[in-house]
Amino acid sequence: MVQKKGATRVSEDAEEELARVPLQAILLADSFAQKFRPITLERPKVLLPLVNIPMIDYTLAWLESAGVEEVFVFCCAHSRQVTDYLTNSKWFSQPNFSIKTIESHNCVSAGDALRLIYEQHVIHGDFVLISGDTLSNMSLTQVLEEHKERRKKDSNAVMTMVIKKSKPSPLTHQSRLGTDELFMAIDPDTNQLLYYEDKADHLKGTISLDNLLLADKSSVSLHNDKQDCYIDICSPEVLSLFTDNFDYQHLRRHFVKGLLVDDIMGYKIFTHEIYSSYAARIDNFRSYDTISKDIIQRWTYPFVPDVQFIGNSSTKLERLGMYRAPGIEQSRSAQIGPFTVVGNGSTIGNNTKISNSVVGEGCNIGSKVSIEGCYIWHNVTIEDGCTLKHAIVCDGVIIKSGAVLEPGVVLSFKVVIGQQFVVPSYSKVSLLQQPTKQDSDEELEYADDSSAVVEIPSFNITSDKLSGELTSELSEPQRRAVSEVGSGGVGYMWSVGEGDYEEELRHSVAPIPADKLAEVIQAAIDDMEMSAQDGNLLPPSGELQADSNSIYSEDNIDDIRDDYIYFEKEVEATFLRAVHENIKEDHVILEVNSLRLSYNKTSVDCAGALFYSMMKLAIETPHSSAGDLINNATNVIGTWKKLLKYYLPSLDEEIEVILKFEEMCLESAREFSSIFVQVLHLLYDEEILQEDAILNWASEKEGAEEADKVFLKQSKGFIQWLIEAPEED
Amino acid sequence: MDFQVVVLAGGTSKELIPLVSKEVPKALLPVANRPVLSYVLEFLEQSNLKHLIVVVEGEDAALRVGGWISSAYVDRLHVEVAAVPENIGTAGALRAIGHYLTAHDILVVSGDLVCDVPPGAVAAAHRRHDAVVTAMLCSAPVSGPSESGSSGGKDKTKKPGRYNIIGLDPTKQFLLFIAAGAEVEKDIRVQKSILRAVGQMEIRTDLMDAHLYAFKRSALQEILDQKESFQSLRQDVLPYLVRSQLRSELSLDVAQAEENGNDKVVSLDNKVMLSQLVANTSSSSFHELCAMGPNGSAPFPRKTHKCCVYIASKNKYCARLNSIQAFSDINRDVIGEASHLSGYSFSAHNNIIHSSAELGSKTTVGPQCMLGEGSQMGDKCSVKRSVLGRHCRIGSNVKVVNSVIMNHVTIGDGCSIQGSVICSNVQLQDRVVLRDCQVGAGFVVSAGSEYKGESLARK
Repeated sequence: MVQKKGATRVSEDAEEELARVPLQAILLADSFAQKFRPITLERPKVLLPLVNIPMIDYTLAWLESAGVEEVFVFCCAHSRQVTDYLTNSKWFSQPNFSIKTIESHNCVSAGDALRLIYEQHVIHGDFVLISGDTLSNMSLTQVLEEHKERRKKDSNAVMTMVIKKSKPSPLTHQSRLGTDELFMAIDPDTNQLLYYEDKADHLKGTISLDNLLLADKSSVSLHNDKQDCYIDICSPEVLSLFTDNFDYQHLRRHFVKGLLVDDIMGYKIFTHEIYSSYAARIDNFRSYDTISKDIIQRWTYPFVPDVQFIGNSSTKLERLGMYRAPGIEQSRSAQIGPFTVVGNGSTIGNNTKISNSVVGEGCNIGSKVSIEGCYIWHNVTIEDGCTLKHAIVCDGVIIKSGAVLEPGVVLSFKVVIGQQFVVPSYSKVSLLQQPTKQDSDEELEYADDSSAVVEIPSFNITSDKLSGELTSELSEPQRRAVSEVGSGGVGYMWSVGEGDYEEELRHSVAPIPADKLAEVIQAAIDDMEMSAQDGNLLPPSGELQADSNSIYSEDNIDDIRDDYIYFEKEVEATFLRAVHENIKEDHVILEVNSLRLSYNKTSVDCAGALFYSMMKLAIETPHSSAGDLINNATNVIGTWKKLLKYYLPSLDEEIEVILKFEEMCLESAREFSSIFVQVLHLLYDEEILQEDAILNWASEKEGAEEADKVFLKQSKGFIQWLIEAPEED
Repeated sequence: MDFQVVVLAGGTSKELIPLVSKEVPKALLPVANRPVLSYVLEFLEQSNLKHLIVVVEGEDAALRVGGWISSAYVDRLHVEVAAVPENIGTAGALRAIGHYLTAHDILVVSGDLVCDVPPGAVAAAHRRHDAVVTAMLCSAPVSGPSESGSSGGKDKTKKPGRYNIIGLDPTKQFLLFIAAGAEVEKDIRVQKSILRAVGQMEIRTDLMDAHLYAFKRSALQEILDQKESFQSLRQDVLPYLVRSQLRSELSLDVAQAEENGNDKVVSLDNKVMLSQLVANTSSSSFHELCAMGPNGSAPFPRKTHKCCVYIASKNKYCARLNSIQAFSDINRDVIGEASHLSGYSFSAHNNIIHSSAELGSKTTVGPQCMLGEGSQMGDKCSVKRSVLGRHCRIGSNVKVVNSVIMNHVTIGDGCSIQGSVICSNVQLQDRVVLRDCQVGAGFVVSAGSEYKGESLARK
């Protein structure tokens, strides 16, 4: 393998010298994520309109303007839709710009996609790796030059990542793109990326940098203020690396981290920071909102609505950042506020107010409608008197009169909202039912996505058929959905998992409401508090020895407790098996001993756990009265006396048994509490407990709190008897 | 300036045995024939800091140091010498002399610092930011542990390759993280909360903590009182302050108000503090941003305190005499590349030979050498890059290279001394060969013996 690689490299170098390789790009037209569901169940993310133009057009327009000559568009989910769109678009007729589509239906991750592309042997030199939902206007010249320069010196420099300064809110530390917090370590001299953590573990208050990172460097910059633009300049090795490491799935989480951790191959990733140009990826609804606003406010120039870069119709920029396409029917009394885009052929009724929103083509907006911060796609009908705030409304939606969309609502294609219906905030409505909740495991996320692929084309056909007479041709499940979105409404309300709510908030198109913001800030402060305390338990590695390691010890105790619970469970299982299968005591002892060793427990713990299992057995054996229970207990203890006795070599263990019993009576087996003394007596009679043990326990408990002394009082008579009874034998 | 200066002169440091002894505590070790403490005192004197407290570990050592100071600086400096028990650490020493401390800010200087960075600059940086602590950082020596290992003993060669790992904010004014390089075993843990607040942190390994700190006295004493387990300023107090800077546990203004009641200073109440903050908004640091909460309207402003740094420029000399290696290096540097520190005037040959010193015929003393008062050398000797003390008697055909020879040393004919330190009153008989050795005070090396990399001392 090594040899082969070397050989190809040599030939590449030669090739580079002989003929100029056209600049290639791989565009992944699938995000391999589910953040845009339910919309992406019906249409691929790259075709979703961003200020009335499909996202992929922005990406392709940028690639073309940046001098890329050959683009491989990799389509997976809804591949037919993507290829159809591209075939009908103007992209195929551009000079010096060729687009080839690669289709696959069984790829579940970016890793799979790159492996497939590798097999096709179409990439011959350095290439740009980008996903179809990325918007940029940066120039590639400099970064390509830097990349090539580095490659000449060091063939291990396989990738250059484009980063940009972000300005997270100083209070919540959430980025305006709604992405995860990103921590990076970069060598300031070489721009080499040394550390990358995006799915930050919030519970951990510290970042651990390997000592070796600093080994031969005089300084390293740690960044929390950069965003990843998801534009990568890669060398062909990247593809073969994905093939070599067949478990790499995610570009960042697996590939980048894998390369950073692996110090054997010595591959290096570098960063390139852009300052004045724009680059951002639409990762979730919040970034959709943010980037739309950036486009309207012209940060992405020349990719703005009034510049015809490709596929968009002529739109005129008016004052206050309003974009108006020709052919709009607008009532005189309608107020269209600042930073609003209205698409071709839309009509707007009387006294309607629209601000900070995008209205697509062919929309029909009634009178007295209020729209604020919304993204209304094409052919949407909004009847009179509706109120929409911070919502995304997909193609063909009908919102009947008087309906209200609260902030954060997403209405998928062709949903109908009933009259006067109030769609609660952050709800997502789709004609498709929510897929049954899968385990949120990473792997499943991909698998789930592919299953969606199969499901969609069939629906698309129906939905196209349905286009005109929607309500009359509803299929059975759709009919059932009617009630969920008001009378005359069509669509399923998707539920949000309890734990996802926080994320929902962060990713939503709506701004975080003030009270939630306060909560988040508080959480951030708590977080800081915690991490600061966390600092206390840092080892003396140049830090400080813990002066108050309260948290640490608590954790520890928790750990130990958990550990003990598992141990107890295993002992119990062993014991029950012994009872049911009539295993000899010796063998049980052997098994319990092995458990004891593997959990690193003492014989006190064994005695406690065994006694616990015995009493549990007694209580679980059917019984009608307290007397029966005593009989049960007598039987169990009688049978397994030897086993228990084995673990009671000294008084300490016996006292532990009493304490354990006490605990059971208070917590798990309250039935025993009434017969505490009887069982104690039983244990004494069976010579499991010695007199001294009971007396020691009694004297130990003497100083305890009143509440703790319930059983001591119960057994007072017994103890008295023990003290007074003359020494037997 | 309302600054009090505390010089922590240490006692008889274990790292420096056999160079130090009961007679010669660390503070009095000669650097270019002057006690090392004199460099600190003069460096402070230059900044007009003349009221000093010199803290010495051990009564005996304190007496000796005090005796020397009063004889040398009697009319120049106002010095109080305080003795503290041994091994109580730097924090412990400050705790022990707490009653001496009254000024608003305290400058704590390590007594083994040989440095030409003006302490006034550190104090100014401290005052400018109203910091709780300001640490002086200087660029770490590039050399690191030298190959030849003139320090001899094997344990000494394990000297860390880097001195400190230091996290700074982008403006290089605030200290965000500090760890001693040698103590970081596997990974460096940086608090996310601080990183979030600043956005970007620069981690440097090429800086060294010079052990010159300016503390706000109220804060320092509060910590010393509350955290009784704190032993060392460097290992305990400073990291604690750095770590808790965004979540200060210090009751700063309260403490100030209390003390200011006794003092003549106007009491600072919250209003004054607020107005200060408002005045500073143009240049508000992340601390204030963090403290003020959302839109400056946090219900309870978060308590923060600032940890600042003063980074000495690269061309300044700064070293600490804390190992035998450092002792040799500093001696060499002070008569070599950092010769302005020594305070001597060099001859045309770039060396210092006291007028009373006698040289035999064909004896050469190279550049970057020093020959003390009343020393005598025989014929055909050669001295290179070495310091020779007072009243030494050196025979003929002796070679001294890269070595330090203290006072009243007798060296027989034909000796060869390389990379070694020879303490006072040592006698080397004829034809002794020493390479990378330390010879303790009063030791006699018998004729013809050869040693390499050993530490010789009287039992």
